[in-house]
Amino acid sequence: MASRAQPIEPWIRAAASIAAALVAILTLGTLAAVARRAEGLGGLGSADWAALRFTIMQAGLSAALSVALAVPVARALARRRFPLRRLLITALGAPFILPVIVAVLGILAVFGRSGIVNDILASVGLQRISIYGLWGVVLANVFFNLPFAVRLFLQGWAEIPAERFRLAASLGFSPRDVARHLEWPMLRSRAPGAFATIFLICLTSFAIALTLGGGPRATTIELAIYQAFRFDFDLGRAATLAALQLALCALTALAAARFTLPSGHGAGLDRTVWRWDADRWLSRITDGLVIVAAVAFLLTPLGAVIARGLPALGDLPAPVWKAAGRSLAVALISTGLTVAMALPMALALAARRPPRGLETIGMLPLATSSLVIGTGLFLMLRPVVSPSDLALPVTVAVNAVMALPFCLRVLVPPARELAGGFGRLADSLDMRGWARLQHLTLPRLRAPLGFAAGLTAALSMGDLGVIALFADQDSATLPLQLYRLMGAYRMDQAAGAAVLLLALSFALFCLFDRGARGHA
Amino acid sequence: MTRHFLLAGLAFGLSALGAAAQDRPVLTVYTYDSFVSDWGPGPQIEAAFEETCNCDLRFEAAGDGAALLSRILLEGEGSEADIVLGLDTNLTAQAAQSGLFAPHGHDDVALDLPIEWNDPIFLPYDWGWFAFVFDRNRVAQPPVSFEDLARSDLKIVIQDPRSSTPGLGLLLWVKAAYGERAGEIWQALADNIVTVTPGWSEAYGLFLEGEADMVLSYTTSPAYHLIAEGDDSKAAAPFEEGHYMQVEVAARLARTDQPELADAFLDFMLSDAFQSVIPETNWMYPARRPESGLPEGFSTLIQPARSLLPSPDEAAAIRDEALAEWQAALSR
Repeated sequence: MASRAQPIEPWIRAAASIAAALVAILTLGTLAAVARRAEGLGGLGSADWAALRFTIMQAGLSAALSVALAVPVARALARRRFPLRRLLITALGAPFILPVIVAVLGILAVFGRSGIVNDILASVGLQRISIYGLWGVVLANVFFNLPFAVRLFLQGWAEIPAERFRLAASLGFSPRDVARHLEWPMLRSRAPGAFATIFLICLTSFAIALTLGGGPRATTIELAIYQAFRFDFDLGRAATLAALQLALCALTALAAARFTLPSGHGAGLDRTVWRWDADRWLSRITDGLVIVAAVAFLLTPLGAVIARGLPALGDLPAPVWKAAGRSLAVALISTGLTVAMALPMALALAARRPPRGLETIGMLPLATSSLVIGTGLFLMLRPVVSPSDLALPVTVAVNAVMALPFCLRVLVPPARELAGGFGRLADSLDMRGWARLQHLTLPRLRAPLGFAAGLTAALSMGDLGVIALFADQDSATLPLQLYRLMGAYRMDQAAGAAVLLLALSFALFCLFDRGARGHA
Repeated sequence: MTRHFLLAGLAFGLSALGAAAQDRPVLTVYTYDSFVSDWGPGPQIEAAFEETCNCDLRFEAAGDGAALLSRILLEGEGSEADIVLGLDTNLTAQAAQSGLFAPHGHDDVALDLPIEWNDPIFLPYDWGWFAFVFDRNRVAQPPVSFEDLARSDLKIVIQDPRSSTPGLGLLLWVKAAYGERAGEIWQALADNIVTVTPGWSEAYGLFLEGEADMVLSYTTSPAYHLIAEGDDSKAAAPFEEGHYMQVEVAARLARTDQPELADAFLDFMLSDAFQSVIPETNWMYPARRPESGLPEGFSTLIQPARSLLPSPDEAAAIRDEALAEWQAALSR
């Protein structure tokens, strides 16, 4: 590894500190506000421990499966070139940005009691299967998170310099040798972070676990927090449970950092990658099968969502369009804010001696209960201003912070490669500040920055976030209008709104991601 | 502290924008989200009240009924609310205990409820019966009781009492109807329950997508399909045990700075202008039938012979035990 003796540039340190402070206020600060209002933390009952066990089990299984399945899918996509490949890669990312209830309905249209799979099973005389239970929860979580893991690994493959593959080919490496010497080190640098991120996403999932879990057996910590807040009015217990969730997050972040090894491939000349090792008929067939299976799994439910909603798209009522405009504005502003926070944090984390605790702080938003953020913010804002007057600014800030962990996961590995490959040269040229940003950092990080921005915009567009706790008539976002349509029996229009939401999220995602992506 | 300055600055900017409209007194009504939505009663009611009150009626929404109660308990004495609208009788015991609410003073008003109403603090604005709704094309013989349902192969989808007010209503329905035997009934129902959703919308959505034969909703739900969609295939199943009621209420905060306006709003709430909006926006029965009567489709709905509704104190007293029985029975 290259030595990176230079200290972190002052502007990076300052910007990263401000970003970290904002994250800390929204995560630890809101929790402290709730605990303060409760006058201390409450005790936990045996049901809470059962909830903790179930939460860890479903999150662990979901993260392990998502990461394990992502490896062959990303590998196949990285090795093959075919028409519409870039479009397919973008489309495969779509499930990650869907609002939960829309995705669940899509999954059920395929795997549910009256879904496509069961219809096929019944037509050939086999017994129908039930999706509800632990495996239904895991299936939905994998559907959501597999795309994210695939993209992380795909990015990893793209960053193995073409020269390495050229060298491997000239040394007569078999696919197994390539896997061992080039691909495995890359995976070691990415998989722990991907696992930790997905584990934490699943940790706080509440609607998926509840809707597909089949009943109170599938109680997660997040649901226990709901119960404490609104059934028992026990803020102290809610605060304890939220603290437990954050502690789990910190542990996971630490463990992930421990298991992450730098890949040490160094820098290349950005030549087009040619995979001599994969040019055999057997790997062509397996790669083809893997890609077809992934497409079927990820895109069929999506197709069901679109087919269900498309007819209603034409007669969506005016308030839905207004909300769509509001959501677009929220998404764009959040994106700017997130990128402004994520870039300095990623650069600071890529330094030889990253600021202590920064990595963990960057993960905290994943493990924060939206109910706790909402209530904590409410308690913090109320002495100063009526919270509902700030519904949209608060939504922007929360969405920005919530998307930060994903952006860091996308940006930190390439930032590390950058520091390792070009850091010394830039230091020796005394290239700093704006010049370094303009001529080295931004050009080299262009593709991951675009992906991170696209992800943030899409997530912010589709996330119900805290708006439901603050909104009045005039500040509803598109996801909130979607829920309101469902709540008013208008399921057809809600399905239409879901297609609109999907289209807008996807358009934003493409705008940033494809606009910035080079040859990945 | 920088944070506070920033927020204060933002707040100042926003309030300067709104200053033009602020010469009229403001009545702040806290309610649940679906009330203020473009498809709920809120917009029509705001327009109608502002025609007569020479005031600015402002709704603030907080999730659902239970979220509304948490919000008001959180705010306590410092709340800006003048009126809270949208609690139900499963929540009012806790609300009354807080001491934040004042008597409504409308004791002599005639209400159209199937039960006696004599709560001095909370005044109903609409009500309904919980019921299992089914599709006539898919279920030929609907069950006539919980026990009948448990014996059948029918699949149902219900809401979680910890995160949903209809879910809590169902929990208390079984408890009110079966008392000691409630746990046993839940055990018998376990194999009929496809899944338990976080809220009403998810459950109803799953039912309409064909994931379940029946869904816990209201006897008035079929009226929506009939009136808005011209679809008469949905119906509610009458149960012999009787049907648990949801009575939605409003109350005046004791520390309101607009006591006259708040009283005027409670008067208005029971007038035709408010009550005639309810049936086709909230899809519930109005608490006081407007002169124009109910919309036509409502006459086709089932009329349960028995209404179940424990007092708010009873409801509060039995719910922890009922939840424990529910959890134990469905966790096996």
